[in-house]
Amino acid sequence: MNHNEQEWTIESKSSLLDLKLNEIWAYRDLLGLLVRRDFVSFYKQTILGPLWFFIQPLFTTIIFTFIFGNLAGISTDGLPKPLFYMAGITAWNYFADCLTKTSTVFKDNAGIFGKVYFPRLIMPLSIVVSNLVRFGVQMLLFILMMAYYYFTDAPFHITWAISLFPIIVVLMALLGLGAGMIISAMTTKYRDLAFLVTFGVQLLMYATTVIYPLSEALKKYPAYAWIIQYNPMTPIMETFRYGFLGEGTFSWGSLSYAIAITTALLFFGVIIFNKVERNFVDTV
Amino acid sequence: MSNNVAIKVENLSKAYQLGQIGTGTISRDLERWYARMRGKEDPFLRIGESNNQNTRSKSDVVWSLKDINFEIEQGDAVGIIGRNGAGKSTLLKILSKVTAPTTGKISGKGRIASLLEVGTGFHPELSGRENIFLNGAILGMRKREIQRKLEEIVDFAGIERYLDTPVKRYSSGMYVRLAFAVAAHLESEILIVDEVLAVGDAEFQKKCLGKMGEVSKGEGRTVLFVSHNMDAVATLTDKSIYLKNGKLESYLDTETVIQSYLQTDVNEVGVYIKEPKADRPSITRAQVVTSELNGFHMNGKDLLIDIDINMPEIIEGMAISLQISNPKELPIIYTYIFDTDTKILRKAGINRVRCTIPNCKLYADKYYLVLHLAESKGRTKFEEIHRVCEFEVIMPNKIIEWGWQKNVCVYTEDFVWANL
Repeated sequence: MNHNEQEWTIESKSSLLDLKLNEIWAYRDLLGLLVRRDFVSFYKQTILGPLWFFIQPLFTTIIFTFIFGNLAGISTDGLPKPLFYMAGITAWNYFADCLTKTSTVFKDNAGIFGKVYFPRLIMPLSIVVSNLVRFGVQMLLFILMMAYYYFTDAPFHITWAISLFPIIVVLMALLGLGAGMIISAMTTKYRDLAFLVTFGVQLLMYATTVIYPLSEALKKYPAYAWIIQYNPMTPIMETFRYGFLGEGTFSWGSLSYAIAITTALLFFGVIIFNKVERNFVDTV
Repeated sequence: MSNNVAIKVENLSKAYQLGQIGTGTISRDLERWYARMRGKEDPFLRIGESNNQNTRSKSDVVWSLKDINFEIEQGDAVGIIGRNGAGKSTLLKILSKVTAPTTGKISGKGRIASLLEVGTGFHPELSGRENIFLNGAILGMRKREIQRKLEEIVDFAGIERYLDTPVKRYSSGMYVRLAFAVAAHLESEILIVDEVLAVGDAEFQKKCLGKMGEVSKGEGRTVLFVSHNMDAVATLTDKSIYLKNGKLESYLDTETVIQSYLQTDVNEVGVYIKEPKADRPSITRAQVVTSELNGFHMNGKDLLIDIDINMPEIIEGMAISLQISNPKELPIIYTYIFDTDTKILRKAGINRVRCTIPNCKLYADKYYLVLHLAESKGRTKFEEIHRVCEFEVIMPNKIIEWGWQKNVCVYTEDFVWANL
């Protein structure tokens, strides 16, 4: 027998602050394989599969341009309307996908969780990484659109803040992950929460600067704009637009606020997720 | 922890809550939380209740396991036996970290591989190869490790030709073989197996048993094996844990434990009961009296079959016959009694007849009765009852080697071998 066998204990209670990150590291290959599974199975199931990635944002952009841009006449800070909405939709979709998919992780994986142990956090992590594929495709569409408007001399310009793009992506992913894990943990006990998620995400979109710029909200509803400003997705969205299109309300203060909220939600999310994970098999 | 202990279980208990859990419990949660805040005990857990599923308990919390203590040494093959609901699966689930214990502690040494259900996480669209990697990773293997074992796994499962075919095109047998192969080749110090032998064809079951024997005896790994198949437990393990209503009844050598399980854990099985018919003769009760309890019969011992027949009025010339069939509906024993030979059923009301098969030497398997009730002269058949009174023949001392198979025969006979 080899002598470096690891010793382990299983106890009824575990420390809340034990985030089991070393275990996740040990299972990193599983993360990669799960992402690969999602990717391959998506491609194998439908020929139109990848096309859906394009259709959804494209049509939403067209409709938003029509209704909010032309019919309601909401300002886009002087940016070409489709470009403005496309930026919002691309970023929002990634966040919303991470949030909704993570929030049903226990329900979707009840079968496998009930039979074999692996660090459960791997599952939501794989969701967030898998969604990057879709996000990447939509970013490509967005960049193509930028190129089109660039050659038609539309009034927009890339700013230095584009270098914050990696941070923005990570923030969106972790914010969706953190909030999603909290919801997922609660839905194992209180099922009705699951219905709220889809609805809530929709409402949240209107409280984020997806279809209007923050500047417009501050101008028109100065008394209520704080709701939008306290939404951690708002600074992320504004930074994204400011970086790629040169318009948006960027400040280090609000970005730091978003980072702080994300970190807090993520930390709290992991703790509550780990706590629920230990016994959820008995309740589902 | 002492040096050669692989698993040590201390005061392990697990409570389950019955009934609805997910609805209307916000108030209850708050109550529980309030009790905990004051340092009091959980108001919804009643200590001292055991998991006897026959008596309805007052609270809706059931102890699936209660104060379990045992130690398993490295390299031991240990069986876990007990009736359905005795807590076997719960114990394995806790050991494999799928669920957490309510109280108590388990400590151990070495990696655990659990075969609670084979094929977990298989994706139908992925190829055999991709699924081997995915399943292996779910079970805790690194990519490198799987790569190293790939050939061995594929070889064991016998799917070389279909390695790059999506598993949705696999036959169910191939699927199970592949799944078992992945799990069996995981490098672990402790292997937990739950009823995997219930799957696959006889040939493959034999292979699995062989592999598990190899794992425990040859490689010196610790094996925990749960099964209802007493023969398999007897063959594979040296010691066994006997769980009864969530409590540890005994932990001794397998033979003793099986013996006490068969003799004490009474469960009314193998009885057929039917309301009498007013207008014609009918069988009201039939029972196979096996040599052991719970419908287990030891090969070579007397088997009794008691049949109660209700006669609304006396009819002369009745005939009763019975067949003992195996699960494939193959009749192995046929016997009958005619009123013309021995006077039977000569009183109105319930009559009991008994058929004794001395030294019944049915081979290890499950068996059923087929009963016929007729009037032989008029050739009127009153009743024909199929597949009742299931019982199981065991031969715990005769099946020793790996080489045994199910279905090598249906009946054993005395024999003498000589070297001439």
